Amino acid sequence: MHEISIAESILEIADEQARAQHARSIQLIKLRLGEFTTIVREALEFAFEIARQGTLAEHAVLEIERVPILVRCAVCDKATQPVAGICLICTVCGFPMEILSGEELQIEYIEVETEEEWSQWNRSQKEVPREQQSESLSRPTS
Amino acid sequence: MEPITEGSAARTTERISVQTNVLNANQQTAAENRQMFEDRNLLVINLMSAPGAGKTTLLEATIRSLEGRCRLAVIEGDLQTDLDAQRIQALGVRSHQITTGTVCHLDARMVARALAVFPVDELDLLVIENVGNLICPASFDLGESLRVVVCSVAEGAEKPRKYPVMFHKANVVLINKIDLAMASDVDLEELEANIRSINPNATVFKLSSRTGVGLSDWTDWLQHAVATRRANVMVGA
Repeated sequence: MHEISIAESILEIADEQARAQHARSIQLIKLRLGEFTTIVREALEFAFEIARQGTLAEHAVLEIERVPILVRCAVCDKATQPVAGICLICTVCGFPMEILSGEELQIEYIEVETEEEWSQWNRSQKEVPREQQSESLSRPTS
Repeated sequence: MEPITEGSAARTTERISVQTNVLNANQQTAAENRQMFEDRNLLVINLMSAPGAGKTTLLEATIRSLEGRCRLAVIEGDLQTDLDAQRIQALGVRSHQITTGTVCHLDARMVARALAVFPVDELDLLVIENVGNLICPASFDLGESLRVVVCSVAEGAEKPRKYPVMFHKANVVLINKIDLAMASDVDLEELEANIRSINPNATVFKLSSRTGVGLSDWTDWLQHAVATRRANVMVGA
C-alpha cells in the first residue's frame, strides 16, 4: 500500500504550490498516471481521501488521467501498444522495445480558490521575479 | 496561473500549472545517495523480491562466498523485526536494521539516514535488502548501482508477467531455489523466457542458495562488478 506515500507526496506538492499563491483551498488536483507504474488507481483514490483530511485539499477532487503504455521498436520504428502480457520484445523482428509512455506519475495542474484581492495582486506581481517579492508578506485576514 | 471561473464576489478559482513528478523528492535524495556512492566507488545493490523468495538466505550464501574477497555491509529493511539483521551479524558482517512499521518499501531518505552509521569509506559493497514485496519497492529509487531481483521457482513461472514493472527495472534477476523446480512443476526455460520478454537486457543467473548450485556464477560476477568499480579509484587517483 505505497499509495499512501504517493498520496502524501501529491498533497505536499499541491499544498506548496497553493500556499505560494495564497490559496484558501485546493479544489482539484489533476494527475497523469501511466499504466506501466505500480500504482493502483482505486488504492490511490482511497489513500488520497484519508490523507487529505485537515489539509488545504480537504474537499479536493483527484482527477486521474490514465496514460496508456506505448512502446517502440528501434528497427521497425513503429509506436504500438505491447502485446498481451506486456511483452517488450518486438514480435516482428525480436528487438527489445523502448517504452515511450506509461510510466507517468505527474501532477499536471491544480485548481485553487483564492480571494479576489489576492488574485489581482498575484496578477500584478507576474512580472516581478519571485526572489524580489517579499517573503514576509502575509495574506490579509478576511 | 489563469483565472478560469469567477467565484462569489470575493473569491475566484484559478488553475496553477504544476508539471511535477510526484516522486521528485525521493528522486532528489536518491541522486544525492548515488553521488555519494559514486564518489567513493562503492557498489550498492538494492535486493528485492517477494516475501519468501530467499533474499536473506541468498545474502548469507553470498557473504560466505565473498569472505576475504571484499569488504561489505548490509542495510536490512523489514516491517517489524530485526531477525534478518541478526542473521547477517552472526556472519561477522556489519548490518543495520531499518524497521519500517507499516511502510511496504524503503525510500531514499531512509537509506540516507542509515548511511550515517556505516563507515562507507571502508566498504567495497553495500547491500540494501528491501522489504519483501514485488510491487511497492519498484517505484522508489534508493540511489543504488544495481537493482537485483530474486525470483524463486516455487513462486511459479508467471511471476515476471504478473509484476512486470519490478522485473523491467531489474539489472540482474536471480532465479533462486532451482533445486525445487521439479517439485514446483516449473519449467526454468519458461521462467527465464518470461523474464526476458519484459526485460531483454537483464543479466540472469539460475542458482540454489541451499545446495550452492550456480552460486559461484553469481558471486564471481558480483566480485568482478565490485573490482571494476574499485578500479575507478585507481584510475581517478
